[in-house]
Amino acid sequence: MKIESHSTNQVLIIKPKGKITIGLGDVALRKAVGEALEAGARRLVINLHGVSSLDSSGVGELVSAYTTVTQRSGKLVLAELPSKIADILQITQLIQVFDVYDSEQEAVDSLS
Amino acid sequence: MSPAESPRTEPSATPEVRITVGSRFENIELIQTVVDDAFSRLGLEDDDRHWVGIAVREAVANAIKHGNREDPDELVDVELRVEGDQAVIRIEDRGSGFDPEQVADPLAPENLLKPSGRGIFYMRRFMDEVSYRFLPGGGTVLVMRKRLASPSVPASDENSEANKESNG
Repeated sequence: MKIESHSTNQVLIIKPKGKITIGLGDVALRKAVGEALEAGARRLVINLHGVSSLDSSGVGELVSAYTTVTQRSGKLVLAELPSKIADILQITQLIQVFDVYDSEQEAVDSLS
Repeated sequence: MSPAESPRTEPSATPEVRITVGSRFENIELIQTVVDDAFSRLGLEDDDRHWVGIAVREAVANAIKHGNREDPDELVDVELRVEGDQAVIRIEDRGSGFDPEQVADPLAPENLLKPSGRGIFYMRRFMDEVSYRFLPGGGTVLVMRKRLASPSVPASDENSEANKESNG
């Protein structure tokens, strides 16, 4: 898995590509969110457009990212969910926890 | 001449897949690739293969993490067989087992924001049947079943037989 990130309007956008799964992707996502918080970011968008698979560890990592950012008085939202990723969040009922946006721009606007 | 009936109700003589790996998370990729290839040959649709693949990943991840405590010298055995119209996946680790009834419900409000505890839930959701067996000398055997939408052997002859009725 690869993770790109960039910021716009004081919002940090994290874009993982590939599988967020146990042992690799989950660790990479944890690191990316941790580094963003270290650097002072408090408004984060995770754009899931390029994510092909999300196992239970990957879901756990998204939840951890959400709770960590929230605890630090920040806000984390999700954008551009592929249908299978949306299915997973539906099945795990986490769709009611996360704010989810169809486009990255809408997600950024919601935090600006 | 009608061909011999295919013995679809008998377990296949040889497994479609049989792999033993050390307990390393990287090996999950290998197992998923091989299992996915087998399910492709068995005619499982792309969507179903995605979800079955996720269930298999969860099962192997649990065997590596909770069963074998990530000890690379401890082995995980994976076997896929066809029994009747079902694919049967058997995953064995060397762990001391657990009580599946005691696993917390990840959909309960108090568990919704927990970072772990969704693996078995995934498996039950994506497979038709999930059961555990604990071996007396140690070792956990997980068996997951998935109905195959179409038979594993193409049955083109049957259709042509049925269509002959009107010829006469």
